Amino acid sequence: MNLKLTIVVVEEDRDRAVAIVDALTQSGDCEVFVIGTTIGLARKIAAHAPDVVLIDIDNPTRDMLEELTLASGPLERPVAMFVSGAAGSLARAAVEAGVSAYVVDGLTPERLKPVMDTAIARFQMVRQMRNELAETRRALEERKVIDRAKGLLMKAKGLDEVQAYALLRKAAMDQGRRVADVAEALVTASGLLS
Amino acid sequence: MKTVTLPVAYMPLVDAAPLIIAQEMGFAEAEGLALDLIAAPSWSSVRDMLAVGRVDAAHLLSPVPVAMAMGLGGVTTPLSAVSVMSVNGDVIGVGRELEQRLRDIGYGFDFADALKAAQALAQVTKDTLVFGAPFPFSMHVELLRYWFERSGLSEKQIKIRTIPPPLMAEALSTGEVDAFCVGEPWGSVAVDQGAGALLLPGTAIWRFAPEKVLSVRQDWAETEPEKLGHLIRAVWKAGQWLSLPKSKTTAAEILSRPSYLDVSSELIDRALSGHFTISSRAEQRTVDDFIGFHAGTTNFPWRSQAKWIAHRLSLENGLSSSEAQRLGGAVFRSDLYRKHMIGTDADLPGASEKLEGSILHITAVASQKGELSLPPDTFFDGQIFDPDEAH
Repeated sequence: MNLKLTIVVVEEDRDRAVAIVDALTQSGDCEVFVIGTTIGLARKIAAHAPDVVLIDIDNPTRDMLEELTLASGPLERPVAMFVSGAAGSLARAAVEAGVSAYVVDGLTPERLKPVMDTAIARFQMVRQMRNELAETRRALEERKVIDRAKGLLMKAKGLDEVQAYALLRKAAMDQGRRVADVAEALVTASGLLS
Repeated sequence: MKTVTLPVAYMPLVDAAPLIIAQEMGFAEAEGLALDLIAAPSWSSVRDMLAVGRVDAAHLLSPVPVAMAMGLGGVTTPLSAVSVMSVNGDVIGVGRELEQRLRDIGYGFDFADALKAAQALAQVTKDTLVFGAPFPFSMHVELLRYWFERSGLSEKQIKIRTIPPPLMAEALSTGEVDAFCVGEPWGSVAVDQGAGALLLPGTAIWRFAPEKVLSVRQDWAETEPEKLGHLIRAVWKAGQWLSLPKSKTTAAEILSRPSYLDVSSELIDRALSGHFTISSRAEQRTVDDFIGFHAGTTNFPWRSQAKWIAHRLSLENGLSSSEAQRLGGAVFRSDLYRKHMIGTDADLPGASEKLEGSILHITAVASQKGELSLPPDTFFDGQIFDPDEAH
């Protein structure tokens, strides 16, 4: 009984998928497949007859995997969601890290634990990177709005850039709001008035 | 007043309104609760968050906790349905290709008659049909199967494929599914995007289908009776507010916010008002009681409703109906609902079971205050479900 574990990772983003596969193959003796597209998802997964299926918890196509858990489903072997097993704290850690796992019945905790530990760590990292990216994007968007608001003020009141920003900042402080919010309000209002 | 924060998961749908309104309109606060509402990307994720304790309560498809009690699906943590959050609210629709074929045979899209719709659909179906539905355990799937087997569609090969609601319009456009059953606003979104036309409201199949339930973990219901009582009452009051005609515009505005449904309030208003645009030809149809949040015994979790679901699931999965009804029926906690609603404005029925499908017209029934009436709950084929007789 030293067969390789077969793991399917459902992930559309190629870079992310590669990172997860690398980590899993380094962590132990397993074969990892990646499925990117979601059309016919359950069928494609069943073709690999995996022991474990890993999917981002925020992936809306996850509900398609639920069909795998039905006895009459395309997988011959019964599949359970990882949350229902005996591994209570590990399951909660997985949900919080943003990974959900479908596991074939009968897989021992000793074989599953290293896979789950690796998956949890990797998904946590992915999630953190995604949050940072979203934060950077947001900051960039705000920068743009503030620049437009400054431009509007410079034109309307004949100010220079430093004065325009000072005016925005003062308005924000007086109203207890963020500079970006005041800028956005100004841009919206000016759009309506023009 | 000091409030207790309660994490609650929901799916962004019109019928999540009672939770959203409870928080936004202060009904939760009046009960000493602050609902930390977490929008989930999928039904499995709502269920998992509830099962592992990430949230304490959830907006859940009524068949999910019943199926879990029967050991179906991936997770078996015991859950309790402590009240019915909404009845009805689903729509059935077809993609552009089927719509055209239906028009070619002169079908009028009356958006009302389930038998006629099935007949027309059967007539234009060559060999197989693929329907999209949001989850394997859902009222959508139960309504579809019930309709298929008791109509002109019984002879056809029909597959039901799981498609998350926000992706339904896309699945229609790409031809992955031919038709669908989905909760609003996603049917109207499909019409709006030109992906298809609406065929029937869910009410055309069953007039009083328990659609979403307020669910908690069974052990939590026992260890946190105070919080549970506050939660049930806050959601009940939100449903009462939602049932007032003057609330509808405000409700649509609140639900449309990016943090909730992020869909235009006009699309949300269609479900709340029952005024639908059913195709890209802008045909208008009106449905009475398209979705219910409050009237009569809407929120009362009838054991017989859970037993109907359990019975249907047992037939589909080759299980014993009586055993399924024993396990699944106990999930709808009419006992807890009574315990926590007694002493409020709500009137409680004398019984906890009824003959599902037997009420043709609004009927007064024995109740605690003697002011209760039951809304019509008939099936399109006129059958009556008696839990004691079903095998």
